[in-house]
Amino acid sequence: MSGGARIRAAIESARANRRPALVAYLTAGFPRLDQFGPLLRATDAAADVIEVGVPFSDPMADGATIQRSSRVALEQGVTLRWILDALGGLAPHARAPILLMSYLNPLLAGGLTETIRRAAAAGVAGFIIPDLPLEESPGLRELARSHGMALVQMVTPVTPDERIRALAAATDGFLYAVTVAGITGGSAASPGEEQRIGAYLDRVRSLSGGAMTCAGFGVRSRAQVRALAPHADGVIVGSALIEAIENKQNITNFLTELVSTT
Amino acid sequence: MTTTILGPPDRLAPGQAATELARLLAGDYPDAAGRFGPFGGRFVPETLMGAVTRLDRVARAAFADPAFRAELDRESRDWIGRPTPLCYAAGLSRAWGAPVWLKREDLAHTGAHKINNALGQALLARRLGATRIVAETGAGQHGVATAAACARLGFPCRVYMGSIDVERQAPNVDRMLRLGAEVVPVETGDRTLRAAIDEALRHWVSDPLETHYLLGSAVGPHPFPWIVREFQSVIGRESRAQMIERTGRLPDAAFACVGGGSNAIGFFHGFLADPRVALFGLEAGGRGPGLGEHSATLSHGRPGVLHGTYSMLLQDSDGQVIETHSVCAGLDYPGVGPEHSFLNWIGRVRYEAVTDREALDAHAECCAREGILPALEPSHALAGARRFASANPGAVLLVNLCGRGDKDMPILAREAPMTGPGGRP
Ligand SMILES: Cc1ncc(COP(=O)(O)O)c(C=O)c1O
Repeated sequence: MSGGARIRAAIESARANRRPALVAYLTAGFPRLDQFGPLLRATDAAADVIEVGVPFSDPMADGATIQRSSRVALEQGVTLRWILDALGGLAPHARAPILLMSYLNPLLAGGLTETIRRAAAAGVAGFIIPDLPLEESPGLRELARSHGMALVQMVTPVTPDERIRALAAATDGFLYAVTVAGITGGSAASPGEEQRIGAYLDRVRSLSGGAMTCAGFGVRSRAQVRALAPHADGVIVGSALIEAIENKQNITNFLTELVSTT
Repeated sequence: MTTTILGPPDRLAPGQAATELARLLAGDYPDAAGRFGPFGGRFVPETLMGAVTRLDRVARAAFADPAFRAELDRESRDWIGRPTPLCYAAGLSRAWGAPVWLKREDLAHTGAHKINNALGQALLARRLGATRIVAETGAGQHGVATAAACARLGFPCRVYMGSIDVERQAPNVDRMLRLGAEVVPVETGDRTLRAAIDEALRHWVSDPLETHYLLGSAVGPHPFPWIVREFQSVIGRESRAQMIERTGRLPDAAFACVGGGSNAIGFFHGFLADPRVALFGLEAGGRGPGLGEHSATLSHGRPGVLHGTYSMLLQDSDGQVIETHSVCAGLDYPGVGPEHSFLNWIGRVRYEAVTDREALDAHAECCAREGILPALEPSHALAGARRFASANPGAVLLVNLCGRGDKDMPILAREAPMTGPGGRP
C-alpha cells in the first residue's frame, strides 16, 4: 500500500469509530535522543497518523514552542540521518503511518533524491514541507510518489477558492487545513474564532474534491477538538503535545483524552 | 509555472555564461518563477503565497506607471537628496597609486543606500493598501530608513532587531525610536540579522493581509530580490553617468560590499553590460576562513534554501544554517541574494572575502586621507579596492561608499580604541 493510501485508511478507520482522526506532531529527539523511541511508541498508542518533526535552525512558520523543541533537538545533535536511522527500527512496528515534517533545506542537504530514497527505506509514508509551495512542488511530489510516498499540501484561511481546489487535487493522504493565518502554537481559539474556523473548514471541504481534511495549528483542548470535529476528518496537534512532553504528562493519555467523545 | 527538483546548479557549458548574462540583461530574469537561472524562487508557507503574488503584481504595475516613477523621483530628490555625489578621493588615490572615485551613498538621507529601497517599498505599501509595516534590521540602517519612510508616509512601523545588534549598533536604535518606530529585540536564534528576518517573517505569516514586510536587502522570496534591486539600481545608473561626465570613461573596476547584497546589486546593474568593467563583491571574511568565523557566503557556501530563496548559504552538512561572524552587523548574514549567486555562477562578478582587520585598516585610512568616516560595511569594499590597486597600479577604481560610520562608534571603540586625548587607534 502506498503511503498516501495508508494515511487515508488510518483516517477512515478513526471516522468509522465515530471520532475525528488524530494526527500528532513531535520533534524528533526532543527532549533527549533516547526518548525518541519511547515517545514515538506512546504517541502511536493514541494517534492515527504521526508527524515526525525534523528540527531546523530557522523554523519560520513555527511559534515559540516548536522553536524551543527544535533548538533543544539540534543541541542534542539530531540530524535527518539520525532520524531516518531511528525510524528504520521504529516505523515497521508502528501502527500509525509516519510523515516527516521538515523545512526544505535539511531535505536538500544530503541530495534530495538520496534523502527520499532513504526515507522510503526507513518506512516513512510521506512528507509535509511548510516552505515548499505548490508551484515549486511538482518535482519533489513525483519523486516521492515514485517511492510510494505522499506529499501533503496545506491550505490556509487566506487561500483563495481556486487555489484550494488546486492544492486539494495535488495533495496525497489528506489536505492540511491550517486554522489560522499564522505560525504554530497559537492559543486556544475563542468562541467567535470557533465559528470562523468552522465556516472556513466547511469551505475547504466543499472545494476539496473528496480529499480528506485535517485541521491544525493552535489545537489544544478537547472542547476545541469537539468544535472542529463536525467540520474536518481529523485534527492535528503539535505545540500542545510538545508542551505535554515538557510537563512530563502521560502522552498516550493526553492524546486519547483530546479526541475521546465520551 | 513549475520548476524541477532542486539540486546543485550544473556546471556551465561552454558559452553558457554569455547566454545567461544576455538573458539577465534582456530582462528575462527573474523569470515567472522568480528565478535567476537556478537561483531564487519563492519558498514560503502557503499563508504568504497570496502576499508575495500580490506584491509582484502591484510592483509591476507601479514600475510601469509614470505617476509612481514621478513620485519616487521627486521624493528621491527632495527628501533623500539624490543624486548623491561622485567624489574623487585624492588622498587614497595617491596612497594606492590608482585613481579612486567614491559614490557617496553615505550622503543619502539617513546615511546609507538603504533609504532608496525603504522609500520605494513604502510607496508600494501605499499602493498595496497595507496598514502597517514591519522590517528587520542588522546594522540598524535599514531600520532607520524604514522608520523614516514610514514617518514620512504615515505608516505605523515595527522593526525586529537581534539583541546582539541592538547592543552593538545602539545609536541607530535611538534614531529608530525617535522616528516613531517600535523596536523589538530578538532573543531567539543567532540574535543577529538572520534571527530578525525569521521573526519579521513570522510576523508577516501572522498578518499577511494588512502588513507589508519591508525587507531590507536583495534576499528573501521573489519578488523581493527583484524589487530591492530595482529601487537600488539608481546607484548604478547615477554612478555610470557621473563617471562618464567627470572622467569621460568608465572605471576599470568597481567595488561594493555584499551582505544580503542590495547596495552591490543596484550598483553592479549600472555596469553589467560593460564587459570591460571588472566587478567585485566584497564579503565579510571576519576572523578567517574557518566555519563560523566569517560571513563570506559566496566564497565558502553551498546552495540551499533560507528565508524563502534558493541561493548560496553557509550551512553544515545536515542543512542547518550556521552562525556567522563579522565585525560589522550589516554583513553578518549566512545567506546572500539569489542574483549574486547567479552572477557568481556565471563569473560576471568576482566575490572575495575581506577580513575584519583589513576592513578596519581601510576604515582608518579613509578617515585619515579623505575626511570621511565610512560605515564598516563599505570599508570592506575599500579594502577590496586597495588590494586590487596594489596588483593593478593606475587602474581607475570606483567604490560604492554605501553608508556613513556614525552607527559604528560603539564597535570602533571596542575594536580600534583611541588611546586617549590625542591618541591614535
Ligand atoms: C551601510 C551599509 N552597507 C551595507 C549593508 C549591507 O547590506 P546590503 O548587502 O544589502 O547592501 C548595510 C546593512 O545594514 C549597511 O548598513
